[in-house]
Amino acid sequence: MGEQAIELIGVAKQFSAAEENVQAVERVDLSIGSGEFFSLLGPSGCGKTTTLRMIAGFEEPTQGQILLYGVDQVGVPANNRDLNMVFQSYALFPHMTVFDNVAFGLRRKKLPKAEIAERVNTMFELVDLKGREKRRPREMSGGQQQRVALARALVNRPRALLLDEPLGALDLKLRQSMQLELKRNQREVGITFVYVTHDQGEALTMSDRIAVMNAGHVEQLGSPREVYESPATRFVADFIGTSNLVELTATSTTAGESVADRGAQQRIVVPLRGQQARDRLVVAVRPEKVGLATAPPGADCQLSGRVEEVVYQGTFTAYTVQTAPGEHIVCHWQNATDSSDVAAVGDTVWVSWAKEHSYLLEDPGKVAAAVSAGVPAGVAGGASK
Amino acid sequence: MRRKLAPYLLVMPGGLWLAIFFVIPMIAMVSVSMETGSLETGFQQTFSVHHYLDMINTYHPQLLRSLKYGLCTTVITILLAYPMAYWIAFRGGRHKSTYLFLILLPFFVTFVIRTISWQFLLADDGIVLGHLKDWHLVSKNFHVLATPYAVIGGLVYNFLPFMVLPIYVALERIDKVLLEASADLYANKAATFRKVVLPLSLPGVFAGVILTFVPAAADYVNAQILGGSGQVMIGNVIETLYISNSQYPQASALSSILLAALLLGIFVYARVLGTRDVLDANAG
Ligand SMILES: Nc1ncnc2c1ncn2[C@@H]1O[C@H](COP(=O)(O)OP(=O)(O)OP(=O)(O)O)[C@@H](O)[C@H]1O
Ligand SMILES: [Mg+2]
Repeated sequence: MGEQAIELIGVAKQFSAAEENVQAVERVDLSIGSGEFFSLLGPSGCGKTTTLRMIAGFEEPTQGQILLYGVDQVGVPANNRDLNMVFQSYALFPHMTVFDNVAFGLRRKKLPKAEIAERVNTMFELVDLKGREKRRPREMSGGQQQRVALARALVNRPRALLLDEPLGALDLKLRQSMQLELKRNQREVGITFVYVTHDQGEALTMSDRIAVMNAGHVEQLGSPREVYESPATRFVADFIGTSNLVELTATSTTAGESVADRGAQQRIVVPLRGQQARDRLVVAVRPEKVGLATAPPGADCQLSGRVEEVVYQGTFTAYTVQTAPGEHIVCHWQNATDSSDVAAVGDTVWVSWAKEHSYLLEDPGKVAAAVSAGVPAGVAGGASK
Repeated sequence: MRRKLAPYLLVMPGGLWLAIFFVIPMIAMVSVSMETGSLETGFQQTFSVHHYLDMINTYHPQLLRSLKYGLCTTVITILLAYPMAYWIAFRGGRHKSTYLFLILLPFFVTFVIRTISWQFLLADDGIVLGHLKDWHLVSKNFHVLATPYAVIGGLVYNFLPFMVLPIYVALERIDKVLLEASADLYANKAATFRKVVLPLSLPGVFAGVILTFVPAAADYVNAQILGGSGQVMIGNVIETLYISNSQYPQASALSSILLAALLLGIFVYARVLGTRDVLDANAG
């Protein structure tokens, strides 16, 4: 990934309200590469905005360091940080034309008038708003305002752009086209994007890497494929897409894999992938990896059960199979060639999948520790206090 | 048919209100101003404008003084009220309503009583000047009452809340995220104030100026209680003509002149610094 654009080292933030202190961010260690499209993904209240606002300089961390190209930014006021933010509500200045909005940053930097005009005009072309320069923000649609907000930030050629759910206020269709547009803009200008979202689809399609956050810490850090295909914790498995979670007791552990045999040909095999062997297993498997059969298919992982629910969903049909009291496996059966149902409610069926699709989940606590241990020792040592 | 009537029906209540309480009294006032006669001989409508000419000839110094005092009062209240409103809106925290209440607190005492209490405070041998003179900090013949300063001071004191409140409301309505956006775009505190806060608060200042200038220029209580013979304002003249002398046509003519002068002032002010222009103020 080359140079590191933004590094967060042991960053924590506590808000002290009148009665109680809110630990908005527990401890976050991240390093974001130059030119990377990096997403902070997590449910409401997990500390995404707070983390972003600390990078921007609107909040000071109570602990830790924030480096921008190796230079500590803690204590540097927001107006002196070479970063720009795209706000969720866009925060366009209502009393100015959109041209003046976009030119605002360059004028504060006292650039020559001609250069300002040229750069602003280029920006209006980039975001496809040529000819609308004299309008006021309220005379534009939500999508257009969003593009003005983006132009207002990008025109300054910041070292990184921070975006807080920039598409949150748009409807689904517009959102999807703006996702592509944002991604295209990012490739064209080559600026590091730190993108906050609670929409997993958005994070998966746009990002180079994703940090999945939960309750003020990073649960998992990786490429979209990694966090989707191999969730490290129960939280990530649950939050990103849908996952089947099965809790079992290991019956044997051999050469890097654990086996839980339930008898009567029912078993689950899970590769250890460098993890510690243990007795209690929590295994995750994606519904689209699960197959359905009427006889034992002889797969690595197979369980038998009764079909509880069949829901046709267009490209696939979702079968919910009860494999034990309180234990359900959902199978997304692709309606590729034949859309007729393979089983009906009440049928006894076998669900199965290949063992490489089984993921052994960690305890949430252990994972957080593993993530922070991943930071280079020298850097981490300086931050922990 | 019904649809076409709807807009007219909708403006009916407001229209009636304006007609009964604003237009009719105005017509009555202008009508009286063109009558001739006296209380003893009775008044006849003669559609004469000679009262207007007389009044301007006789009382133009008081009229100009009123406009001047009104202007001074307005400027001083802006200078005092803006920082107060700014502080409450941005630094008031959880106690905003307490501070606003404190600003309104003097209003729980009658206007006249409030002004009379200033007369006590500022009297030549009163509790302030009396002590200062005893300690030889000011000379024996120093006085505040019966000077323009006393009258303007009283006006400022009495009309300050009319300036603070609209400015406060305008500042309070500014989305705080705009200040962050400004800082994010490299503006320091001063630039954020000049380019974002001030332009967005100008509609409040505009409202405050009208709410302060009009009653201050037409006021007679402050001049009567805190001023002397050299500080007579147009309101005092009208009061004397109307209540003491029963010269109703003359008083009405003078009131109409004052009204016209104030409307003209507001019109000019609105043209120079109207809300639309305020919003158009270039961001440069
Ligand atoms: N200024 C503040 N004072 C006190 N608590 C705060 C403040 N800002 C945020 N918090 C708390 O910190 C936690 C994290 O908030 P944050 O805004 O970072 O969440 P988020 O991940 O951005 O959520 P969302 O998706 O809803 O925007 C929340 O519990 C929130 O209530
Ligand atoms: Mg948020």
